Amino acid sequence: MSAVTLTDIVKRFGDFTAVHRMSLEIPEGSFLTLLGPSGCGKTTTLRMVAGLLDPTEGEIQIKGKHVTNVPIHKRNLGIVFQNYALFPHKTVADNVAFGLRYRDVSAEEAKRRVNEALELVQLPNVGDRYPKQLSGGQQQRIALARAIVIEPDVLLLDEPLSALDANLREDMRVELKRIQHRIGVTTIFVTHDQSEALAMSDQIVVMSDGRVEQVGPPEEVYNTPSSEFVANFLGASNILPATAGQASGDTLPIEVGGFGSIAIPRDRAPALNGSGKARLVVRAEKLLLTRPGDAPAGSISVDGTVETVDYQGQAVRYFVRVGDTQLQAINMIDGRPFNEGDSVAVSLRPRDCAALPEGT
Amino acid sequence: MGWNLIRTWTLLVYLFMFLPVAVVVLLSFNASQFGSFPMTGFSLRWFIELSQNEAILRAFRTSIVLGLMTATISTTLGVLASLALVRYRVPGANVISTLLIAPILVPEVVLAVALLLFLNFMSINKSFTLLLAGHVIFTLPFVILVVQARLVSIRRDVEEAAMSLGASPRQTFFQITLPLMLPAVLAGALFAFTISFDDITGTLFWKPGGVETVPTQIFAMLRNSISPEINALGTVMILLTVGLPLLGLAIARSASTKRGS
Repeated sequence: MSAVTLTDIVKRFGDFTAVHRMSLEIPEGSFLTLLGPSGCGKTTTLRMVAGLLDPTEGEIQIKGKHVTNVPIHKRNLGIVFQNYALFPHKTVADNVAFGLRYRDVSAEEAKRRVNEALELVQLPNVGDRYPKQLSGGQQQRIALARAIVIEPDVLLLDEPLSALDANLREDMRVELKRIQHRIGVTTIFVTHDQSEALAMSDQIVVMSDGRVEQVGPPEEVYNTPSSEFVANFLGASNILPATAGQASGDTLPIEVGGFGSIAIPRDRAPALNGSGKARLVVRAEKLLLTRPGDAPAGSISVDGTVETVDYQGQAVRYFVRVGDTQLQAINMIDGRPFNEGDSVAVSLRPRDCAALPEGT
Repeated sequence: MGWNLIRTWTLLVYLFMFLPVAVVVLLSFNASQFGSFPMTGFSLRWFIELSQNEAILRAFRTSIVLGLMTATISTTLGVLASLALVRYRVPGANVISTLLIAPILVPEVVLAVALLLFLNFMSINKSFTLLLAGHVIFTLPFVILVVQARLVSIRRDVEEAAMSLGASPRQTFFQITLPLMLPAVLAGALFAFTISFDDITGTLFWKPGGVETVPTQIFAMLRNSISPEINALGTVMILLTVGLPLLGLAIARSASTKRGS
């Protein structure tokens, strides 16, 4: 049984449609991420599941129960907000215990569960402090403890890491995933940060302009984007105009200007029906630059000239000209990076390419 | 050099402001029959006479009852109005907000006469209830200004968090919103009380016959003669109107240091 089901959800604000007819099933215990740029409708969707917004049309079910008309305080959800939203006038222990007051829990039981929750977020000794006495990262852990102590049916995370600084964000990412795994609660996570989405999710829902662009596990969304938007939003991609040929067996020939014909595996072009105009997607880190003549066997190689070098420490981002197109390549540094103006061989393996129909 | 000038000037301004008040307080302890210098000795005589003056005691009771009721009603209405204006989408919220603040902008005499004319027009007699209504009208803006400012700074997501944890909207208000805006609510109530306690213009127009508040009583007494009793009364009033807000401030401060904020 799925923990959360959205059926044909529509949300309009006046003339503006924030969410277009969205349907989604979230399996019990899974970690699902709503990913997209700001204004794509991801937070609106989360707030509808939470009961903080009413959908204009459609149905929401949580654990098989229709909750579309159930107010937020009767939905049994844990929500973690971007800015922690701790109660400043209550101690940490009282903050965490807050949800238990409205549930049938004895005083000793409540105390035990609060301690357990604080231990789970690795802050067992701060119960009698006030939120302001804690750092941002600690406050967000308390907010998480407060949300999970009530054993919610669904945990909703609204960009919970974006108020933290970069190092802390990565620690919390691991921590959050560990805790979610440990208690096995179904989780909906909203973020605009693709690396958070890729690192944490079982399923990613990529959204744009109120529509779902693609739903799938991280590797699938990353490696086989179903639209140009997804390809561009997740990481750096080269998107080249191409012509698809007739599939033969497991491969599909794609004609790309400059590279000639590339026979890509059929399953790398799931959205492509038949031959005709298409787009070839090659991730920047799958485009390998070598000295001319050193191109690895089994890959397709063309000559190019390095135009810009963007040194990033363990990797380098090159902008390289091939014919009349500029391509982006992110390569690990092996020895010395290339210099601007160097002649290189640009090579790619057919199985690292993906093809999309034109105009998606 | 420049700074010394500024210092001297500041000192002079403060002297100008507070010297008369200090003189009143000082003279209230004067043993002499006449409320003037030189002082003939220290005595609590005028305070004792004050405490035996029936008219003044009655005025005091009236002022305190009026002030407390004004504070209670104004604060309740002010909190409700602020909640509506800040937390809900009310059609014409800006107009309503301006109208609620308007009594501060309109000169008090105009307001007083207007209400009086209105009562006349409606053929309603002056009464204590109407005096109270008048006081509520012109203390309400202060409460709303203070409470609204505070409410805006309380993040909506804190309330949403409380509701997500199972608190109904009413429970959320009493558990979260009210405690967080309590300093502003108390400040508003204190404002309302001191303004009501202090008011003379409106009160002179609105009070029914035979009812005197402390300011109108002092005013009446001054018309006959200047008794040193008035100095004693002034001292008590100063203590009340300055002391109460200071006390409130101290309470608010000790409450916030406890929270480490």
